[in-house]
Amino acid sequence: MTSIQPGPESGSTPPLRPARPAPKSVQPSWAGALRQELFASRTDGLVSVLLIMVILAAAVGLLRWALGQAQWAVIQANTTLFAIGRYPIQQQWRLWLLVVLVAALSGVSWGLLRAFPRADRSGEIWPFNDRLAVALLGFLAAWLPAALALGLPLQLRWWVITALLVATRWLAGHWGRSWPPRLVKLVPMSWPLLYLFGMVLIAGGLGLPRVPPSEWGGLLLTLLMASFAILLSFPIGVVVALGRRSSLPLLRWASVLYIEFIRGAPLITLLFLGQNILGYMLPGGWAPDRVWRAAWVLTFFCGAYLAEAVRAGLSAVPPGQLEAARSLGLSMPQALQRVVLPQALRIALPGAVGQFISLLQDTTLLSLIGLLDLLGTARTVMANPEFLGKNAEVYLTLAVLFWCCCAALGLGSRALERRLDPTHSPA
Amino acid sequence: MSATPVSATPERIPWWRDRRVMPWIVQAVVGLVLLLVIALLVGNLVRNLTAAGLLLSWRWLGQPASFDVAESLIPFDASMPYWRALLVGLVNSLRVILVGLVGATLLGTAMGMASFSGNGLLRRLARVYVEVIRNIPLLLQLLFWYFVVFLALPNGTAAFQLPGIVLSKSGLYLAWFAQGFSWHGPELVNGVWQAPLRFSVEFTALLTGLITYTGAFVAEVVRGGIASVPKGQWEAATSLGLHWSASMRSVVLPQALRVIVPGLNSQYISLAKNSSLAVAVGYVDLYSVSETTLNQTGRALEVFLLLLGSYLIIDLLISAVMNGVNQLVQIRER
Amino acid sequence: MQPSPRWLLALPLLLAFTLSGCADDSGSGGGVQSMKLSTIRGRDKLVCGVDGKLPGFSFLGPDGTYSGLDADTCRAVAAAVLGDPAKVEYRDLNSSERFAALASGEVDMLARNTTMTLSRDSAGGNGITFGPTTFYDGQGVMVPVASGAKTLKDLDGKPICVESGTTTELNLADRMREQGIAYTPLKFQTGDQTYAAYLGGRCVAVTSDRSQLAAKRSSFPNPDEHILLPEVMSKEPLTPASVNGDPAWADAMRWTVFALFQAEELGITKANVATKVAEAKANKNLADLRRFLGVEGDFGKQLGLPADFVPKAIAAVGNYGELFERNVGSGSPLKLERAENRLWTQGGLIYSPPFR
Repeated sequence: MTSIQPGPESGSTPPLRPARPAPKSVQPSWAGALRQELFASRTDGLVSVLLIMVILAAAVGLLRWALGQAQWAVIQANTTLFAIGRYPIQQQWRLWLLVVLVAALSGVSWGLLRAFPRADRSGEIWPFNDRLAVALLGFLAAWLPAALALGLPLQLRWWVITALLVATRWLAGHWGRSWPPRLVKLVPMSWPLLYLFGMVLIAGGLGLPRVPPSEWGGLLLTLLMASFAILLSFPIGVVVALGRRSSLPLLRWASVLYIEFIRGAPLITLLFLGQNILGYMLPGGWAPDRVWRAAWVLTFFCGAYLAEAVRAGLSAVPPGQLEAARSLGLSMPQALQRVVLPQALRIALPGAVGQFISLLQDTTLLSLIGLLDLLGTARTVMANPEFLGKNAEVYLTLAVLFWCCCAALGLGSRALERRLDPTHSPA
Repeated sequence: MSATPVSATPERIPWWRDRRVMPWIVQAVVGLVLLLVIALLVGNLVRNLTAAGLLLSWRWLGQPASFDVAESLIPFDASMPYWRALLVGLVNSLRVILVGLVGATLLGTAMGMASFSGNGLLRRLARVYVEVIRNIPLLLQLLFWYFVVFLALPNGTAAFQLPGIVLSKSGLYLAWFAQGFSWHGPELVNGVWQAPLRFSVEFTALLTGLITYTGAFVAEVVRGGIASVPKGQWEAATSLGLHWSASMRSVVLPQALRVIVPGLNSQYISLAKNSSLAVAVGYVDLYSVSETTLNQTGRALEVFLLLLGSYLIIDLLISAVMNGVNQLVQIRER
Repeated sequence: MQPSPRWLLALPLLLAFTLSGCADDSGSGGGVQSMKLSTIRGRDKLVCGVDGKLPGFSFLGPDGTYSGLDADTCRAVAAAVLGDPAKVEYRDLNSSERFAALASGEVDMLARNTTMTLSRDSAGGNGITFGPTTFYDGQGVMVPVASGAKTLKDLDGKPICVESGTTTELNLADRMREQGIAYTPLKFQTGDQTYAAYLGGRCVAVTSDRSQLAAKRSSFPNPDEHILLPEVMSKEPLTPASVNGDPAWADAMRWTVFALFQAEELGITKANVATKVAEAKANKNLADLRRFLGVEGDFGKQLGLPADFVPKAIAAVGNYGELFERNVGSGSPLKLERAENRLWTQGGLIYSPPFR
């Protein structure tokens, strides 16, 4: 008799616990379940008690510090610096506009995703998790601005933006099905357009005054760098992965050289290359601003790792697929584009998202070359006499922020995986 | 790839669909573009470096470095040449990498095994550890360890003391064999700790950060490896009367190693590369010495090539060792 | 997984090592007329490399503006070249990246409390061109009062915090070697980390330029708990710099700074510069003043600057004395003495060659 325990949270690993001479395998009461989980044997019980004590002590210590000793003024007084760096104050409306647009479009996309569930999956429009997300959003909108001690006008703006997001989500979710299909198709297309427009809003141009990259900072710079590198590294990764598997020796060797060059060196030496040597390699005046130089280094860095993820996806597609496509009369590019790549990219998705998450984390290295990303800004803030020695508060806040961003990316990727999975049967 | 496609029509195949010609044209075009780009970059590099008087030269390596380093396994002082300083940096890098590899492996294996424990709390704790650590940037963790945790440690008599171990703001002190093979513990001399085995707090902070970070990734590799062992193996081991730990140790883990070892390789290499973040916590590693050297000599290209070459060699060494280990653990067909 | 042919990577490295045999150390010292001034005019902005985290010299305030002696030097040059002190783009540079940023043309000038030395000036070294020294400084050592250290000798066997890539680091090594004092240098990439480690008690002393130590001390929670040791370990003339190979641009920067010195000597201030100009215009007999303020002659044109570059610079930041008092002197939290930084007429080292 084996008592089958639920595996670790991910749920993908098979339950592996060996049999124990446990008298009962099914315990309906929660107390029984607790006993089975924590106190199945004497050693188990001892370990559990010890762990509980350690966890309790740590939690109490942390709470006491966070509520009593920590001085969160360092965060509250510098919210603007942390969010956008030295972005000129009279141009900040552009960023607000961008946030509003992103919120509206996210709301619409979110609602539509719900309004059009996968054909093979039925279910109600708003499942539990979804409502939970909205509740969380509402809580954040209510609590965060207050916790950061933002002025009332600023708090009001965040409330309006959150309300906009929730409202558009509700509208799109309820009436999305009756919208003309052309309008619905337009929504995914509008994301890249919004990205380009956002770049214009941030950097200037089209009649807006220019804001040089040296004045972007904080979270704005971190997100910009990460999104730029992620978007541009994707085509690089796909092309290099195809080259890596090509039968043409020149393409293959060039790809191998590129991948191994990038993967062999620590990112910081590549950033060093970008900052100190790239200037010599380009004709005078060609070298981009050092923010952009770092962005390109990140892009090419991510591209090499992505190429390996895509390559793994490509090799997981049975060769018969390509042969079948070719025998149907598709040309090589057509066969790759229509048959092989869609399958390969779906398989490569988890690896690619993992890469993106680590890229988002790698943006912190920009602070080592003197750029004012989130961590760089944090270090300038801590050099301010008023906030000297407030390391713990600042680093913890940053850690929570990064953790939320990365965890959200991971969750999103898992949801996308499920949606794209062709073999998934309706639950 | 299949041979020439079957052409339904008898007329000649246009050249752009000829599979004997196209590959060569594609290669020629790609090669030409690559060549042009490289020629442009290298041409500019040579021209600009010549103008700045910094064209590739290695003579400066023999000049005295005239800076000191905080810790070194080989004798060094400011009158020694640059190459010696760089070597000190390399040795320091290797030291943290080696100890880090061992530590991360131990921690990761323990955590990976814990995620299959019968104890629900332990199992969840192992997951929480992995999920928390993996989603926070390493650099942030290192700064946290150094500036928040280790610099808050007490000094002198107030330092944390366990038999044979002392942890204080100035470093980690361990008992070890002193001269004459006599066991010596740490002791306080004039308010300063002395011990046969001493690690600076910078080294300890960097090591702690690297081990906890890489440990989380190793734990995932180990978990995947254990999960790949068929359930029947567990059941067979248990039915033989083996305890959980015994069946894990002598039945499951040896089989899981076949999956684990290749996965470890890339984690080890990334640990080696991540050790270059030492510069953020004041540990004198290869990158840190290189940066100082660049600052004094202005020789960006040479310093970059040396850095690249060193990390390449370290990567290759790790890969070579891991390939050897991999061959050991694979099942031998009999 | 097929074995990755990583050894391929070794090829370029090998090539580099063999190529290096042909190269020679003797570089040409520039002489090429590059067009920094027209570049600056073209982009209508002066890009100035600063520290950004050093109160009194260049410090980024919470409102996003820079203040300090170095920042004001940038403003004066921007006013002279472009007619507007606001047309400066500051770049925060750490000490190890500043010269590369200047050499690669990323910044037009460096006003980042940089010590002028032979190896930094020479074409065979860092190859940059220095202007007039704006602050005469010397290296000092700061210790907590509680440590009881009175001289360098008391630091024997102790860890000392120092910013890496600075002359400070080298001077420290030299002095300690001379006096035979053993010590552990703890090096950090940036000033804020260095002082964080010092305040965290990791080292018993921190060494840097005395002005910087005083500036940092003024920002500590309890400034009285730290003292500067009496020893001055070196000469540190902090000097703005520009890239080698563009003499015209170097001259423009140099004479803008000299103009600030000269203005103090002539008693021209930010407040009275307009009346002085009017006075000079009205009275033809004030030949010196007329030349200096660009009412007469073509000094501006000779430098490639507007004729009124001097009054523009003074109107932007004031004369050197005002600059000093406002940023590091009695009008600032640093409260530094003028000491060597008095005018030559008062026994100091601040001296402008004649505008003639």
